[in-house]
Order: sequence, then C-alpha cells, then structure tokens
Amino acid sequence: MTDQSMTSEAPAQGRGKPVAERAGIPVGLKRAALLIGLIIAIALPFMVKNFTIFQLTTVMIYAIAILGLNLLTGFNGQFSLGHSTFIAIGAYTTAILMEFGGFGFYATLPLAALFCFIVGFLFGLPALRLESIYLALATFALAVATPQLLKSAPFEPWTGGVQGLLVFKPEAPFGIPLNSDQWMYFVTLVIGLVLAFFAVNLVGSRTGRAMMAIRDNPIAARAMGINIALYKTTTFGVSAAYAGIAGSLSAVVVQFVAPDSFTFVLAIGLFVGLVIGGVGSIPGALFGGAFLVYVPNIAEELSKGLAGAAYGAILLLVIYLMPAGAAGLVRAIVMKVLNRRA
Amino acid sequence: MTLEVEGAGPSGHAAPSADGAGAPLLSVDGIAIRFGGIVALDGISFDIAPGEILGLIGPNGAGKTTLFNCVSRLYTPNEGDIRFRGESVLALAAHQIAGLGITRTFQNLALFRTMTVRDNVLVGSHPQTRSGFLDDALGLRRGEPDRTEIDALIADLELEDVAGRLVADLPTGTQKRVELARALAGRPKLLLLDEPAGGLTHGEVDDLGGLIQRIRDERGVTVLLVEHHMGLVMSISDTVVALDFGRKIAQGTTQEVQNDPDVIRAYLGSSRQ
Repeated sequence: MTDQSMTSEAPAQGRGKPVAERAGIPVGLKRAALLIGLIIAIALPFMVKNFTIFQLTTVMIYAIAILGLNLLTGFNGQFSLGHSTFIAIGAYTTAILMEFGGFGFYATLPLAALFCFIVGFLFGLPALRLESIYLALATFALAVATPQLLKSAPFEPWTGGVQGLLVFKPEAPFGIPLNSDQWMYFVTLVIGLVLAFFAVNLVGSRTGRAMMAIRDNPIAARAMGINIALYKTTTFGVSAAYAGIAGSLSAVVVQFVAPDSFTFVLAIGLFVGLVIGGVGSIPGALFGGAFLVYVPNIAEELSKGLAGAAYGAILLLVIYLMPAGAAGLVRAIVMKVLNRRA
Repeated sequence: MTLEVEGAGPSGHAAPSADGAGAPLLSVDGIAIRFGGIVALDGISFDIAPGEILGLIGPNGAGKTTLFNCVSRLYTPNEGDIRFRGESVLALAAHQIAGLGITRTFQNLALFRTMTVRDNVLVGSHPQTRSGFLDDALGLRRGEPDRTEIDALIADLELEDVAGRLVADLPTGTQKRVELARALAGRPKLLLLDEPAGGLTHGEVDDLGGLIQRIRDERGVTVLLVEHHMGLVMSISDTVVALDFGRKIAQGTTQEVQNDPDVIRAYLGSSRQ
C-alpha cells in the first residue's frame, strides 16, 4: 500500500476540507509512492514475526472498513456511528456459513459483502429522512443493539450466543510455501488493493461526483438531475459491503467471532480512524487502521493504570498536529517540498 | 428599486418565436399556491416562446421565487399546470427536470464548494450521461461527458484559469459564472436564472447581460430571468412579466411594462393616486 509516514511537524494548513479534492500531489509521485509501498508490503511478511504479521493484517482489515465508512461519510456526507454492525454481520455471515453450511471461506466472502450491501441499502432508506446528527444517532442505536441481539435467545443457535463461534483459518493452497498468517496477510492485501482500486475509480467518476455533490449541496445536486435517494441508499449499501468484507476477513484472521468484538466501541473506533486518516482520503484509511491497532498498545505501554487517559492524550495531540488527518499532513509536507523546489 | 433605467430602450432582439406554429416552450397556466393561509401565487399564467428571454419582475414578496421554485419542481402548486413542450412537468420529481432540458442557477449561489470548478461543471452534465456504481467502480468511465465540450464551455465562460481551483476560494462574480457553466453543461433548452445580478458590481452586471444574450444567441437557450436589477431586465428581456402580491399585473415588451401604471404603482407606492 502507500508509504506515507507520520512526522511530528505541525502542518501549516488543513481547514478540515476533504483532502482528496484539493489540487494536489502529482500523479507520478503518487504512483511512485504506491509502488514503493507495495514492495514494502510484499516484503514485510518475510521479515517480521507471525504476531506482527497478524497485527498488520488487522491494520488492513480496519483500513478496509474505514475506506467503506469514508465513502459514506467523507464523500457522501452521511454519518455513521454504527458500522460495527456491518462488520458483525459480515463476520457472522462467514462464521455461520462455514460452521453450519460447510462453505469454504472464499465462498463466504462475496456472500457476506452482498448480504451487507442489502442490509446497508435497506438501512439507507429510512436514513434518507434523517439529517446528519440524527443519522449518527440512529446508526449509533444500531451499534448499541447489535451485540445484545447476537447474544439473544432467538439467534443463539446460529450465533453461539455469548460464547460465539470458532472459525477455521484457511491454509495456503496449492502447497504455496506460506504459513497461514502470511497467507491471510496476502489475501487481505489483495482484497484491500482491489477495494481501494474500486474506491479510487468510484470517487473520480460520475458516480463519485454525484456523491460529493449531494454532500456539498443536496438542493443544487437535485437540480442537476441527481437522484439523491438512489445515490444515498446505494452508497450506504456499498459502504456496508466494505465493512462486511472487513468483518468476514476478521472472522478467519482472528479465528473467532463473539458479540463483544462488535460493540459500539468498535463503531466509534472506526470513526476515529476515519478522522485520523483523513476524511475524504483513500490512502488515509491505512493510517486510521494503524492508529486503531497500535495506539492503544502504545498507550498501554506509557501507563498501564492510565492507558485510557494516555490514549485520549495521544488522540488530542494527533488531532492538534494533523487537523486534516494524516493524509492532509502528508499532502501539506509534500506540497511544501515541491513548492520549495519549484 | 427604481424604474428609471439608462439605455433601457426596446430590446434589440426580436424574439425568434416565428418557428413552426409558435408553440410555447413553457406554459405557466393558472398557477396558484398557498402556504398556510397565505396566497403566494394567485392564478399566474404566461408563456415563454422558444429562444425568448423572459424577465420576471416584481417587488420583494411578489412571488417571483415561488413561481421559479414551482417550475423547478421544488414546490408543487395547489392549482394550475406547468407544461414544458406541451407536457406537464408537475408529475415529475425535482431531479427529473434537468434531464428534460430545464436547468437553473440559484439566488444565493448553490455550488459544490469543496469541489473544483471543473468538477462542478461536470456535475452539471449528470443528466446527459449514464453510468452505474458498478461501471464506475470498475473504472469503465462510461459516465464521462465529451471532454472537448466541457473544455469549450469552461473556456466560453472564461473559467480556464480557475478550472482546477476549489469553488470556495473564488470571488462571487467568478462563482456566478461557474453556476452558469454548470447549468449549461446539462444542455438545457430552458435556463432558469434566479437573480443572477445579486452581489455583482455595475461592470459585472453589464457583462452578465451580454453573456446571457450570447448564451441565448449561440446556444439557442430560452431564458427565464427572475431579477431585481431593473437595468439588467430591461436591457436584455424580450418580454417582461410583472408580479405583485402573487398576481400578474402586467406583461409585454420592456417599454410597455415600464409605462404600465400598475407596475409603477407597485414599485413606487400608491400615494399619488
């Protein structure tokens, strides 16, 4: 993936505008960064221990979910504090189909995506009537309800209730000499790249422009012939499908699904990851994912007793240093360097 | 608000309405709309001929914007009908109007502020293009409009230099031209302009008048102009319709309407009567 790194230099700008649309970094430089990032991403699993590979896979899984949330919130202006629900639906779809349906993991992945798309699309219909903060609350309600629904008696025969379900982790096929951690890392990498490719295409297309037009000015968007209901609900579905794919991958990578993995804390975490990475930035999702995986650990190391306070302090510091998210910071630095040379 | 206008003679353009049977492009037929107990429009009727610039005037609260919003389907009138090329538009949803060939600009600028000028114009081409989420995710680029047409439009409205800039960073006069370009990208037959002169300087208003006439002449676009600025309305309109308190009080050439006693009374008050 991309190789942008965080530095502690305070950015000169960043007025909270979506990063992607500012006249920006030259395409050649972006491609070079992508290529270098890709080489690093391919080399990494052969250089680090299995636990680190597992962590990096988790970073990518979070990044996929954040990417989906970004399409919804960053590009279409619909807030969600309930994307943990779609991750849960994706994870449970995979776990249940593997446990009770005898499906292989790879067959469950598109089904999880499709099912989440449908649920997201349907949720998007009533969401049409809700303005930004009310939509945030409605989705939050979804996130709060999900773990308890998964534990509840009617669903228990399928979900395994509180105990959850164990999931079998696929080994590398065809005798490819990779262990299962390395294999799932590469599976996640490829899926993540494909989904990022789709997202980049979407955002730069007629559909993406319509999504952003609705975000910026719905009345004008309608006057330009944009069917707002159609775009908003479909975007909700697509966003949920991204989260569902992340959930499906997480089920096999963690080898376990349980209700308490999908609480509203996860939903808010995704939102934090979205803002940290950069609202409206596609590579930013990777920073968001890294933040979600590593910052709690760093906080824990700073102080065991006050890990929560340390996490909060780090979060505030990051927001102060990167008001437009990691992507905005990287952009500001690159543009500064380019302008100095020009 | 004043009625004395320098150089506001009869319009230099005869309305080229002589084509065919002279069927109107847009017919507003007995429109009435009430909000609660307030009658905002009370049986308004007029036609716009193809190729005409029709100025809609009236004091504040006369119902100009309400009428405008009925045509663009933001409001649905309680009575009457609005027909575009003979077909009623009242059964259509607001987002279907642009595809029919009716596009608009907004009174207080309604641009997509965090997008570039070019992207704003491209959004305007939305009804002219077709593509789905799947096509676009796969990068098929089926929904991209003809690039040379968009470039020409941007050049025509003198926006080349700012095409890559964010709209929010541009001055009002430039943003108005972006709105015009965006509305024209939908290849309209009828262009609805809601107070385009608002917030412009004297010089800019003169330029705007020339621009609107040029758009009509070169692109064959019919124009419905709602405007407070009498100088602009009287210098470019072929026909003027005057509203007051939701009623049509006059219709005719610029000269006729300027000399109409009801219009003068509406603007200057009735103390001399």
